[in-house]
Amino acid sequence: MSVLIFIDHADGHVKKSSLEVLTYGAKVAAQLGTTAEGLLLGTVTEDLAALGKYGVSKIHQVANEALNHLDTQVYAAAIAEAVTATGATVLVFSHTPTGKAVAARVSAKLKAGLVTGACALPDTSNGFVVKKGVFSGKAFANVSIQTPVKIISLNPNSYMTVAGEGTATVAPLAVAVGAAKVKVTAVNKVSGDVPLTEADIVVSGGRGLKGPENWGILLDLAKSLGAATACSRPVGDAHWRPHHEHVGQTGVQVAPNLYIAVGISGAIQHLAGVNRSKIIVVINKDPEAPFFKAADYGIVGDAFEVLPKLTEAIKKMKASA
Amino acid sequence: MKILVCVSKTPDTTSKVAFTDGNTKFDEAGVQWIINPYDEWYSLVRAIELKERDASIAIHLVTVGGADTEPIIRKALALGGDEAIRVNSDSTDSYYIAAQIAEIARQGGYDLIFTGKETLDYNGSSIGGMVAELVDAPYISLATKFDLEGTTATVTREIEGGEEVAEVTLPAVVSCQKGVAEQRIPNMRGIMAARTKPLKVVEPVAADALTTVIGFELPPAKAGVKLVDAENVEELVRLLHEEAKAI
Repeated sequence: MSVLIFIDHADGHVKKSSLEVLTYGAKVAAQLGTTAEGLLLGTVTEDLAALGKYGVSKIHQVANEALNHLDTQVYAAAIAEAVTATGATVLVFSHTPTGKAVAARVSAKLKAGLVTGACALPDTSNGFVVKKGVFSGKAFANVSIQTPVKIISLNPNSYMTVAGEGTATVAPLAVAVGAAKVKVTAVNKVSGDVPLTEADIVVSGGRGLKGPENWGILLDLAKSLGAATACSRPVGDAHWRPHHEHVGQTGVQVAPNLYIAVGISGAIQHLAGVNRSKIIVVINKDPEAPFFKAADYGIVGDAFEVLPKLTEAIKKMKASA
Repeated sequence: MKILVCVSKTPDTTSKVAFTDGNTKFDEAGVQWIINPYDEWYSLVRAIELKERDASIAIHLVTVGGADTEPIIRKALALGGDEAIRVNSDSTDSYYIAAQIAEIARQGGYDLIFTGKETLDYNGSSIGGMVAELVDAPYISLATKFDLEGTTATVTREIEGGEEVAEVTLPAVVSCQKGVAEQRIPNMRGIMAARTKPLKVVEPVAADALTTVIGFELPPAKAGVKLVDAENVEELVRLLHEEAKAI
């Protein structure tokens, strides 16, 4: 019996979302009175022993370079074998693109119940119940897992990553690595920017900015905050901004600590993509914009006047901090 | 070539979300049901586009649901599916549903299985991966582009902070999202034709449910927006820094 946490990586580094699930998985293990261990498929350049500070005692590594590219069949077989080999009874993923691709496969392979998009620690007082977001963030469901092995896929940014003290032992794990049927031919990373789904702060613009030529003031604000930039669906559809910046029901769903919406009215489909944000700030010149109802802070005003002033005020605050 | 498109019924995106029976059941009163947009706009429309290029392609639809899902299946047929199969079962467990679809997939011998990236109600993102595992096929999730050349599919998929291009030889399972195709509206000819297209109802095969939804909760209401004067942005910065501790 142990909690096994899937550690995802890219370009030689463990992903930020994995540090969150390590912290979360360690807490689940403490709750169950057992140990937390990590599982990494592939090779990284950083020191895995240091991940012990997130609460895991051991990292199992299948150090095969073929695993640096994702093939869900190969991954699921390797992970399922690792679960059996380590005797894990709880398996934790981050609900990121990799987690979404793999967790369901492992669930079907092991016939182990899966809850995706979990947003809190499981309730283990009577059975094993996991809370998850449903109806695109408009509600939560409490889902009971009945199988001996339980799989949780945790929504990113829903648990506070905590680094303490500790070193993990790193142990090679021998599992069968099958031949990949999916061949990755190109990887296009959005360079230089903060990835939207990993960002602590997101600054997002809508039609209220009137045209792509006006995005400078929004980019300046984002820069002053170290924020990622996003946009509403009409802006993405009009190609004012790249479509991967579109947040909303049918676009990217984000859950940053701070979401600043500029010139976005707040249609229900947009809210579905951002309502897991901890703090929402709305800047809109229309006091009737529905977004104000979902906001924590708001400014009724013209973005073209407010944004430059706000950027200056933030710079001033940062300089004096 | 045979393509199986998995479709699900979901409440319209503007539906009010409420629960009944001590917060254990979704309140269906006044809810407008639609085809899950990821299933319709992206996977089904892409399948139709492929068929428009190669008329020998057959598009079959599958849904797992009660008789009340038939209007949305007819709409999917009106858009361009050739025939539909409804597995007569109401379940909220992904594994149970995936087992039903996998059974249909095995019987039909499909080259390609499309799902949406998730449904708007349970947001599971699980069916595609589970079906792929159950039929032992490769699975590419979160596709933003899908192209087919013979039996080789070239798929662009979302990864953290970007996208990657992957190739796979069919048969395969692919989950689709924005980018794969554009929304279409059924035309009158399609609607007329859909009335007579085959819609087969089959009973579910035995399968375990691995999870149970025991109840729902609504998020706590926001305390209400704190408005700051547009002339006093420093106050907003102070609140975000000192009160919200967000910057």
